[in-house]
Amino acid sequence: MNYVLAVDELRKTYRMGPVTVEALRGVSFGIEPGEFISIMGPSGCGKSTLLSLLGCLDRPTTGRYFLGGDDVSQLDDDTLSDIRGTRIGFVFQSYNLVQQLSVVENIEVPLFYQGISEAECRTRAEDLARRVGLGHRLEHKPFELSGGQQQRVAIARALVNEPLLILADEPTGNLDSKSGVEILEIFDALHGQGKTVVLVTHDDKVAERANRVIRLKDGVVESDLRKTR
Amino acid sequence: MNAPAAAATATATLHTGSLRPRARSHRLGIGHWRRVLRLGIKSLWAHRLRSLLTVLGIVFGVCSVIAMLAIGEGASYEAQEQLKSLGSQNIILRSIKPAEDQKVSESGSRQNYTLTYGLKEVDVRRIRSTVPGIEAVVPGRIIRDFAWNVRYRVDCEIVGTVSWYPEMRNHPVMKGRFFTDREYDGKENVCVIGAEMVERLFPFEQALGGSVRVGRSYFKVVGVMAPRPRLPATAGGGDNSATTVHRMFIPLSTARTHYGEILFKRRSGSFESERVELHEVTVKVDELDRVRTVAAAIEDILKFDRKKKDYDMLVPLELLKRAEETRRLFNIVLGSIAAISLLVGGIGIMNIMLATVTERTREIGVRRALGARRADIITQFVAEATMLSAAGGLLGVLLGVSIPWVVTATAGMKTIITWWSLALSFGISAIVGIAFGLYPATRAAQMDPVEALRHE
Ligand SMILES: Nc1ncnc2c1ncn2[C@@H]1O[C@H](COP(=O)(O)OP(=O)(O)OP(=O)(O)O)[C@@H](O)[C@H]1O
Ligand SMILES: [Mg+2]
Repeated sequence: MNYVLAVDELRKTYRMGPVTVEALRGVSFGIEPGEFISIMGPSGCGKSTLLSLLGCLDRPTTGRYFLGGDDVSQLDDDTLSDIRGTRIGFVFQSYNLVQQLSVVENIEVPLFYQGISEAECRTRAEDLARRVGLGHRLEHKPFELSGGQQQRVAIARALVNEPLLILADEPTGNLDSKSGVEILEIFDALHGQGKTVVLVTHDDKVAERANRVIRLKDGVVESDLRKTR
Repeated sequence: MNAPAAAATATATLHTGSLRPRARSHRLGIGHWRRVLRLGIKSLWAHRLRSLLTVLGIVFGVCSVIAMLAIGEGASYEAQEQLKSLGSQNIILRSIKPAEDQKVSESGSRQNYTLTYGLKEVDVRRIRSTVPGIEAVVPGRIIRDFAWNVRYRVDCEIVGTVSWYPEMRNHPVMKGRFFTDREYDGKENVCVIGAEMVERLFPFEQALGGSVRVGRSYFKVVGVMAPRPRLPATAGGGDNSATTVHRMFIPLSTARTHYGEILFKRRSGSFESERVELHEVTVKVDELDRVRTVAAAIEDILKFDRKKKDYDMLVPLELLKRAEETRRLFNIVLGSIAAISLLVGGIGIMNIMLATVTERTREIGVRRALGARRADIITQFVAEATMLSAAGGLLGVLLGVSIPWVVTATAGMKTIITWWSLALSFGISAIVGIAFGLYPATRAAQMDPVEALRHE
C-alpha cells in the first residue's frame, strides 16, 4: 500500500529538569493519499505534539516517520527546513500571518525560501488568493482583515508550495461559527481535489467532515475509525 | 479528480521528490538579496521611530568623526602651508632682546645707555665661511615705523633685505616686481609693499608707481607682495604672530643709509636706544636632509662668542615635522573617540535587535515552519541590522559633510573633507551593523520552531 506518511512507534518525551513528560508514547498509523483525517482527544493528550512531528518542526525522541517514502525522523535541521518548505503546508489556530507583509506577500513566503522567481511567486500567490476569495484584498495588511479572511490567507499560504500534506491545528478555534464553516468548506473542497489533510480539533462537528478520525489519549492512539461512505 | 487518480499523483510525487534539497544557489543570487533587503526595509519601516532612534548613535559617531577630521585636516593643512611658505630648506634667525638686559635698561640709568644685541654682519660672514652646505644667506634689517601716503598711515615693519628674498622665502610678488640688484647697489629709494598694506595706504589709487613716505624720505612702489598666510602662534614664537604684520621691503643698503646702526625709541618721556645690526637672517641649505646639521653648526657658531642668547632660531622643517607628529597624535585620539562612539552605536543596535528578535519570535517560528533555514533567519536579521547601521552611516556622512561647511561659512576656518574619512566611517558603521547584528540574529536562528510558534 502507498502511504503519504507513516509513523511507527513514535515517542516524544520532554525533559524539564528532573521531570519528564511523555507527550507521545508510541503512536503508529499510516495515511493514504487523499485522506481527510481529524485528530481528536482531550487537552494535553499530545495532539499538537504529534502534529509538529508530522510537520517536521520537531524530531521524535524515538520511532520512525516516513514522509513521501523517506525516513525523515532524524534528519538535520536544514533538510527538515527544506522538507517543510516543499512537502508540508501549515494552518495554525491563530493564523500566524507576518504582520508587516500584505496578503500576497504572506502567501509568497514559502516560495521565497524555495528560490522561486519573483514573477512566478506573484502569479501563484495571486491565483491562490483568488481561489480563497481574497482577490480584492491582495494588498491589504493582515490587521485590516477579519479572522476568517486571515485564516483564508493562511490556507492559501499553506497551499502555495503544492504540499504533500496539509496540517491544521484547530484552524477554526479562533473563529465564530459562520466563518468557521466557511473555512471548513475550503478544507472540504481541498479534500475533494484529492489533497491529504490532517486537522486537529476539539469539535465533533468539525470531525464529522473528515473521512477518518484518530483519537488520542495520554499520548497513545485510543481509536482510529474510517468512515465508510 | 477521482480518488485513485489523486492517489496516483501523490504516489508519483512521493517517489520523485528527493530528500536531498533542491539546488540552493538561489540564496546567493542578486534577486534573492534584493528581496531580503526589501523585506528588511519593510520591517524597519514598520517601526520607523524606533529605527531612527536606534541609529542616532551611529549617526552622531560617524558625523563627529567626519567633522572633526575635516576641521583637523584643515587646520593642519593651514599650518603646513604657513610653514612651507617659510621655505622648508631655510633656517631663519631672528634677533631678540635678551630678557635680563631689558630689566637693567628699565631700572638703571636710561639716558645714555645703548643696548647692543642681536645678529651681526660678522656672524653672517662666519657662518658663510665655516658651515658647508649653505646655498644662500639673506640678511635683513627690520625697522618699525609708520608708512604714509598723504594722510593714510600704516604701522609697519620696514624690511631691508636683498633682491633674492622672494625666492628664498617662498613669498612671491603679486604685482609689479621686487627691487633689483642695481637698485640695491644704487641704494635707491624703492619699495615693495605687502598686499595687506595696499588697501590701507592706497584705497583709491593704484599702488604701483605711487610712493610711500617713511620719515622724511619717499619710496617708489615697484611691486606688491602676495598676501601671506598668518603664522601660527607656535611657529612664530613671537608675540604678535596672531595679528597681521604689515611688511614693506626696501634694499638693505638703502636701509643702512637711512637708519644707521642705532635706533632710537621714544618711550614715555625718555629715550631708549638699541643697536641691532641685523634683525633677521635667512640661511638656505642646499639639501633638505642637511638642514638639521647645518642648523646645529650655526647654533654652535653663534653660541661661541655670546654670553646671552640674543637670537632665535626657526627651522621650518623641524616645525613641519612636529606639526606632522601633532597631526598623527590628533588622528589617533580621534580614532579612539570614533571607535568608542561607533562601539556605543553598535551596542545600541544590538540592544534593539535583541528586543526585535524577542518581539518577532512568532514570525521567526512561522518562517521556520514555512521552510526558512537557520541561515535564512540569520541573513534576515543581519541584513536588518546592517541596513540600520548603514543608513545611520549615510545620515552621519551627510551631517558630517554639512558641519564643516557650516564651520567654514561661519567661523571662516579652513576644513578639508577627505574621501577616505567618508569611506572609512561609512564602512565601519556598516561593519558595526554586521558585527552587532550577528549575535541577535544567531539567537533568532537557534530558536526551536515549535517553541517560537507557541510564543505569545
Ligand atoms: N515544550 C514542552 N515542554 C514540556 N512539555 C511539553 C512541551 N510541549 C508539550 N508538552 C507537554 O506535552 C503534553 C502534550 O501537549 P500538546 O500541546 O501536544 O497537547 P494538545 O493535545 O495539543 O493539547 P490542547 O488540546 O490543549 O492543545 C502536555 O502535557 C504538555 O504539557
Ligand atoms: Mg494543541
